[in-house]
Amino acid sequence: MIRLDDVVRKSPAYLFRWEPSQDAHVLLYPEGIVKLNATAAEILSRCTGQRVADIVAQLAEEFAVEAVDAIRADVLQFLEDARERGWIRTDA
Amino acid sequence: MSEAGSAPTLDGRGQPLWLVAELTYRCPLRCSWCSNPLDLDAYDSELSTDEWKRVLAEARSLGALQLGFTGGEPCLRKDLEELVAEADRLGYYTNLITSGVALTEERLVRLKAAGLRQIQLSIQARDPALGDELVGARVGEHKIAIARAIKAAGYPMVLNVPVSRRNVDRIEPLLALAEELGVEFVELANLQYYGWALANRDELLPTRAQVEAAEAVVRAARARLGRHMTIYFVVPDYYEQRPKACMNGWGAVHLTVAPDGTALPCQAARVIRGLELPNVRRHPLEWIWRSSPAFQAFRGDLWMKEPCRSCDERDKDFGGCRCQAMLLTGDPTNADPVCAKSPHRHVIDDAIASAQRPRGRLLMRARAAGR
Repeated sequence: MIRLDDVVRKSPAYLFRWEPSQDAHVLLYPEGIVKLNATAAEILSRCTGQRVADIVAQLAEEFAVEAVDAIRADVLQFLEDARERGWIRTDA
Repeated sequence: MSEAGSAPTLDGRGQPLWLVAELTYRCPLRCSWCSNPLDLDAYDSELSTDEWKRVLAEARSLGALQLGFTGGEPCLRKDLEELVAEADRLGYYTNLITSGVALTEERLVRLKAAGLRQIQLSIQARDPALGDELVGARVGEHKIAIARAIKAAGYPMVLNVPVSRRNVDRIEPLLALAEELGVEFVELANLQYYGWALANRDELLPTRAQVEAAEAVVRAARARLGRHMTIYFVVPDYYEQRPKACMNGWGAVHLTVAPDGTALPCQAARVIRGLELPNVRRHPLEWIWRSSPAFQAFRGDLWMKEPCRSCDERDKDFGGCRCQAMLLTGDPTNADPVCAKSPHRHVIDDAIASAQRPRGRLLMRARAAGR
């Protein structure tokens, strides 16, 4: 499982960017396209070598959410899934 | 065309998300399964650099995101770097689909600087001698060296293995090579039987037992490698009970432009009789994509006959492949004969039976005359 003190960054094989024609962020990779929803894009944009705990704190602050526990669970779940799909990598 | 792992996870919303640019049909290899047309010399008038740039811009404005430079051997085009740079500037994710034979370390660096995102290298065998035999040229050693050079230059990489009877039992050493190289994606693509591959089907189609043994090798490798390497394994559709969702539907997300500017809903579409294929030299891409009769021909499901028309899976596989229906049943509006519901399924079963007795005679791809 992903832990709060893991450092997360996007895998180099994946290109993350805004795509005007889809009105969404997309992940582009060899022979593939993933269209991201707004929440996924907010999390992925922060996977730049930061600790997971810092990403959770930033999101809670930016979106003025008091229920940090709920955000934390959502972020961990998404990052776990993203790692399984190969979109991100974790360093200890 | 091999399509492993490439099913888009978003609806094209009527946009050609995938542009395949066949830059040339020239190629130094003679693969007996080549997807290029059998009458190669009829396509020797290649689009110019400026014509390609116009095509790239027009497709991008229609919403294209992924761009595959292919051929023939696309590296034989001296303007490849210029086209990659233009595509990158326009916002494409650029893929180079190559045999590696015209690549050098210097060129890999230049292409990277131009904005090339990833390279799909075809490789047939870990043993260079077998590789040479399969492609009809002495390139096996070079392919392995260039695979190392691609990783050393820092590209994400897909190792594409066209799988036939002749190498299906040798997959394990290739997976070990991919692991050693640190390749991100391996695509074990059983041949699809069009063009040269169809002409050589008796010699190339593996047996069901061979396919099952290969699947076991892949399962073991996946268990060992986990998420470090993604392995796609495309089963030959002849051994399936339902057809592939070819091209994700006709004119839905895929647009191919051939070396002479012919626009195709799929790379095999020339086999469909009566289809008037438009050309980018005579028509804007927007008209070609949205309105041309060829791209409208099998969009949606109004063209379907039974058993497709009333089938509850028609939105899932779109009746399979129009080109395969044409080639094997003589009518592109028939169900893909791979489907167990097709009244023509016997042509597939007959082909499987016939391939159990190969005679060892291969028709190698001809060399295109070029410009």
